[in-house]
Amino acid sequence: MGRNRVAVVGAGMTKFVRRAQETAKELAWEAASKALESCEMSLDDIDAVVIGSAPEAFDGVHMKSEYLSDACGGWGKPVIRGYVGGGTGVFSPIQGWYHVASGLFDTVLVICEEKMSSCQPHPQGAFLTIFDHTTERPLEPNLLWIFALEMNAYMSRYGLDKRDIATVSVKNKRNAADHPAALLGDAEITVDDVLNSEVLAWPVQRLDVSPITDGAVALVMTAEHVARRVTNQPVWVEGVGWSLDTAYWSNRDLSYPTYVEEAARMAYKMAGITEPRKQIHIAEPYDPFDYKELHHLEGLLLFDKGKAPEAAAAGVTQRDGDLPVCPSGGLLGVGNPIAAAGLMKVAEIFWQLRGEAGARQVPGQPKRGLAQAWGDLMQVGTVIVMGI
Amino acid sequence: MIREVAIVGAGWSPFRSITPDISYKEMMYEAAVRAYGEAGIDPRRDVDSFVTVAEDYNEGTSIFDEYVPDQLGALHRPVQTITGDGIHGLVAAAMQILTGQFDIVVVEGHSKASNILTLPYILAYAMDPVFNRPLAAHPYFVAGMEMRRYLVETGTPLEACAQVVVKNRHNALNNPLAAFGADVSVDDVLASEPVAEPLTRLDCAAHADGAVVFVMASGETARALVDDPLWVRGMGWANDTFWLESRSWGQASYAYLAGQMAYRTAGIKSPQVEIDFAEIDDTFSYKELQHLEALGLCRPGEAGAWTLDGGTQLSGEFPVNPSGGSLGQGHLLDGTGLARVLEVVLQLRGEAGLRQVEGAEVGLAFAWRGVPTTGGAAVILCS
Repeated sequence: MGRNRVAVVGAGMTKFVRRAQETAKELAWEAASKALESCEMSLDDIDAVVIGSAPEAFDGVHMKSEYLSDACGGWGKPVIRGYVGGGTGVFSPIQGWYHVASGLFDTVLVICEEKMSSCQPHPQGAFLTIFDHTTERPLEPNLLWIFALEMNAYMSRYGLDKRDIATVSVKNKRNAADHPAALLGDAEITVDDVLNSEVLAWPVQRLDVSPITDGAVALVMTAEHVARRVTNQPVWVEGVGWSLDTAYWSNRDLSYPTYVEEAARMAYKMAGITEPRKQIHIAEPYDPFDYKELHHLEGLLLFDKGKAPEAAAAGVTQRDGDLPVCPSGGLLGVGNPIAAAGLMKVAEIFWQLRGEAGARQVPGQPKRGLAQAWGDLMQVGTVIVMGI
Repeated sequence: MIREVAIVGAGWSPFRSITPDISYKEMMYEAAVRAYGEAGIDPRRDVDSFVTVAEDYNEGTSIFDEYVPDQLGALHRPVQTITGDGIHGLVAAAMQILTGQFDIVVVEGHSKASNILTLPYILAYAMDPVFNRPLAAHPYFVAGMEMRRYLVETGTPLEACAQVVVKNRHNALNNPLAAFGADVSVDDVLASEPVAEPLTRLDCAAHADGAVVFVMASGETARALVDDPLWVRGMGWANDTFWLESRSWGQASYAYLAGQMAYRTAGIKSPQVEIDFAEIDDTFSYKELQHLEALGLCRPGEAGAWTLDGGTQLSGEFPVNPSGGSLGQGHLLDGTGLARVLEVVLQLRGEAGLRQVEGAEVGLAFAWRGVPTTGGAAVILCS
């Protein structure tokens, strides 16, 4: 697909932490330099830079890609920042893909950085500004409230048991205990811990939710002829997809993410995937809340509508299950620096397909995986399918 | 890039200093409907992907891309935002088409600057938060320092900068889209109050509201849709360092790099000879001169004298900013670059009315992200 076949050849990330002492620029460069190091490249090899970061309101920097440009290795190079809210982390490598697939560039550095801790007293204050300035902002909505609405719609439609949903949080936080960069890994956590945690906005409880996080992740993406030269294990971009629904989210059936299905269908078509349940071996769907992982698995057509929770409770999505889901530990375990969290998922697929995931490695040598992110007003889906 | 990507439809909502009667959504809708009509397409059926440009702080809304799909007819479609200039959005759309996976891609940019009550304070948030913002200076001081450095390095007289203002605002009188057409004199510019010396108030482009939408298509599709597609012949974009402390103040190196990439992709060896006219960023008067030199459209240090000689006026050998530029049309924030591309489109189609450049076949548009940035993007179109 595309004029050039595109591969991911290197990846790097910072530790995900609650409050980084480093500036946004320092975080970005740490991730970028680690990604370059991982494939023995330097900035001299980079033709263009793609930056991803979610709202500027977190760290209060206007025109943030200009500010981050040299820290992302963009000095004297073409630099572009793409943006689809929370979906940005998986969209940025899609943007990297089209830079290379267009034939204009051979080697592109993709960096996602997020520093939420600068927003005091809490980033929820910044999230207030994502709502419609006329119809919604005067109500002072909180992000947790609208996700509580969505979680409720999902649970009510299919008669779901909150116990099954809580197993996602347990799985991901346990998986994250094996991730050296994770913020909230916990090998001992139980379903009861989740169900007994503080209620934030029913049915959402504290341990259903991913944490505020600082961090950065970077990938190196290249055309085929470069990939063949620099690595024996290129991971190919096989399909990409993205889709945006209406801004009027309150008019929408919240129990099913149609936009994720549309993004997935686009990516599967490009990748020639006709039976995703057989052809996808490993998945990193977006899990800022535990129910979202399940919601998204259904949107990705990997489970029937309303059936993902019982499959999760039965262990299907464990690392050693039939379809390992979020072996990284996901946003619930590794952390959720918005755009960087999405790119962390793509990096995880890269490491898993190369057999480099260490203690997190899923058994059975997976050949194809996907990462997906979601964002805006419960509105956008972004999907990338990669394979070896 | 030989006849691979074309512009097949252009639409706009006129540029006005204030638009209390119309929302940004209505402006985008107006521009989009016009562009879709020109291209003869139905966005819901025919468009494979949409690219919009916006910066959250200019919109007063975080994650602004939430609010773009409805008025563009882009629901349930691939839509992305570029936080850059409109030309960054245009090159993103062109790259998508070049992959071969997308036939028709729409790009949109707009400004609702009149909604921003405290623009300099918003702009101040673009300064480095650790090293520069604590100085609490009006961000236009960066332009004042750059202008001084440029004048000193090149020996360009202040009158040449003022002449850019005179020329562009005069050109705008013949542009029905422009908000700030006027006959001003060199003395008027020099005598207007200082903003950051030597920069005066009339050296700075005022802001305007407006929207621009283009329908872009792959070669085959373009020829099937319209009789006269305009081809994207080359494009380039680049950043210099963001650090105030280490950038090249006198010369616009980002413009040099973006221009070189655009000429390389266009297969252009002698831009002065092979390009007929240009729409070049003139957010500040001196920027037009600095950018002309960096883009290799005249020799270093000679843009001022060339301008004073009339070489860049509408009847000159190389018309620059026949639209009136940002000084004459109004600065459209992130939509600025697309407004400049729109002029190139109208000129190449021979639809520029009283400001028509005779025999225009190849035109260049160049946009800069404004202070305090060092980001620029260029696109070359031909008929």
